[in-house]
Amino acid sequence: MGLTVTEKILADRVKKNVVKPGEIVEVPVDVAFIHDNNGPIALQQFAKLPQAKVWAPEKVYFVLDHHSPSTTFRAAQHHRNIRDFAKQFGCHIIDVGRGVSHPVLAEEGIPRPGKIIVGTDSHTVGLGAFGCLATGIGSTEMTAVLTTGRIWMRVPETVKVILKGKLSMGVCAKDVALLVLKHFGPSFLNYMTIEFDGPLLQDLSIEERMTITIMGLEMGVKNALMPVDNKLIHKLHTSREKESIYTADPDANYASTIHFDVSGLAPMVATPGLPTNGIQIEGVEGTEIHQATLGSCSGAFYHDLKQAAGILKDRKVNPKVRFIIVPNTSHVISEAAHTGVLQTLLDAGAIISSPSCGTCAGYEVGCLAPGEVCISTTTRNMDGRMGAGGKIYLASALTVAASAVAGYITDPRQYLGGDSFDR
Amino acid sequence: MTDNQCIFSGRVWKFGDNISTDHILPSRFMTQVEPHELAMNCMAGCDPEFSRKVQPGDVLVAGDNIGYGSSREQAPQALKHSGIRVVIAKSFARIFYRNCFNIGISAIVCPAYVQEACEGDLVEVNLTEGVILNKSLSKTYHFTKPPEFMLDYIRLGGLIPYLEKQMNKECKD
Repeated sequence: MGLTVTEKILADRVKKNVVKPGEIVEVPVDVAFIHDNNGPIALQQFAKLPQAKVWAPEKVYFVLDHHSPSTTFRAAQHHRNIRDFAKQFGCHIIDVGRGVSHPVLAEEGIPRPGKIIVGTDSHTVGLGAFGCLATGIGSTEMTAVLTTGRIWMRVPETVKVILKGKLSMGVCAKDVALLVLKHFGPSFLNYMTIEFDGPLLQDLSIEERMTITIMGLEMGVKNALMPVDNKLIHKLHTSREKESIYTADPDANYASTIHFDVSGLAPMVATPGLPTNGIQIEGVEGTEIHQATLGSCSGAFYHDLKQAAGILKDRKVNPKVRFIIVPNTSHVISEAAHTGVLQTLLDAGAIISSPSCGTCAGYEVGCLAPGEVCISTTTRNMDGRMGAGGKIYLASALTVAASAVAGYITDPRQYLGGDSFDR
Repeated sequence: MTDNQCIFSGRVWKFGDNISTDHILPSRFMTQVEPHELAMNCMAGCDPEFSRKVQPGDVLVAGDNIGYGSSREQAPQALKHSGIRVVIAKSFARIFYRNCFNIGISAIVCPAYVQEACEGDLVEVNLTEGVILNKSLSKTYHFTKPPEFMLDYIRLGGLIPYLEKQMNKECKD
């Protein structure tokens, strides 16, 4: 029986020919990153080990992204402690304003095929779009990684998802993610790997693929993987020969293989409570909103801003709606400024916040009052996520922008005319 | 030999499915790191009275997928500082499961027990034997024991003391 990509990566790193799902292996870590949400406890735990040193400071990145730029006095102190720690041990620091941990690392070319990456962000799984085994861990576990450079993993079962068909106008990567999430639900893929493949991926940029792999976490996955193709090789300015590229054996053992044909897919919206509550937009059209948000690792790439600008050009945000944009990296803002997308968004009345996790969990930006409703490109919509009593609908940037204009949840396709629209 | 460090008994608090880390410790408390602060806001996202009701030694029982969502370790830390030493659920979200053991909380998967457990029940858990006793029903349930190294986390109080022991051992070697 052949091996899946994740099994191959793990087997290689423990110098075995085969590893089997359920087996526990201890593997070396190639990159570790720690953000300012889990960082403070990681530092507390590290301080309990007076003899400890950071195993390989050049492989460690601290990213200040959740409470950025230092949104409270308390956050400012945590940030200072983290900067001091990074300086003391010679680790990298990605300071406030640069953006969300894993999209920033992606821009910096850190994730490479075949590598093992752990981060204290649950959505670390998004980096699987680079063909690496990337997964999220907690603070205490990160302390152990910082001191030993190693981590135990249970070899996961792999589910294969094949995406095919062509996306219609007005339908994009976030809709595909919400479709897949709806199928599997919030826990069906717990501890498992999801390996994406299929012709649709050729139509998606690496960032659009990340939109999907990031959302994979909301189904419980340990890691999510996209194939290493020429598009990725080109993005990384590298060649196949220089990278450790793993492909699944033809007879690899998958727990299951599921095909999704996205042709004819309508815009999807996840109703409040769970990101896996996806329904076709017609089921919620007309729902009044108070806030519309473009934000988070998964929903505020340049393509998201560009899509929103496509809707907002020559239109205005409804005066009853706060339209808040929190780009996921500083490069996204730069690019949007360079191409005119930023001006279009500002002219329409959008509020631009500095790159961070921002509204996604109501981190002092874009919070909701009880009874308020938000439509958002962010990752989660559990009750209270943006403030107790607030309700969150998840959707694509197109749907969020169209809804911001209308003042209620709106199918973006009615705002998109002609051939000039660029998905 | 009885392994007293791996036997727990207490009173049950029962919750439903998909209790996320946002429910256990909402984002607005995320810059808090002190034990008493975390304890004070434990379960604030689904039962604001919980922190006043919970007693040291109580056991948290939940349905499917407890710990869903954010990796925030403040969530299990809040449970720990509230005196919870055991969480029994139908299933666990992955990071939350690891976080529990890493800070010395036993995370136990036992759907059959959860199905019949009620809030306020008395329960006894023997981690090394893989047995739960529902004292209110006088009924026992079996679960798959965690690997030996994870039992050591529980005996020692978590991954950090485990690591410290390893480091000291390496120094002596």
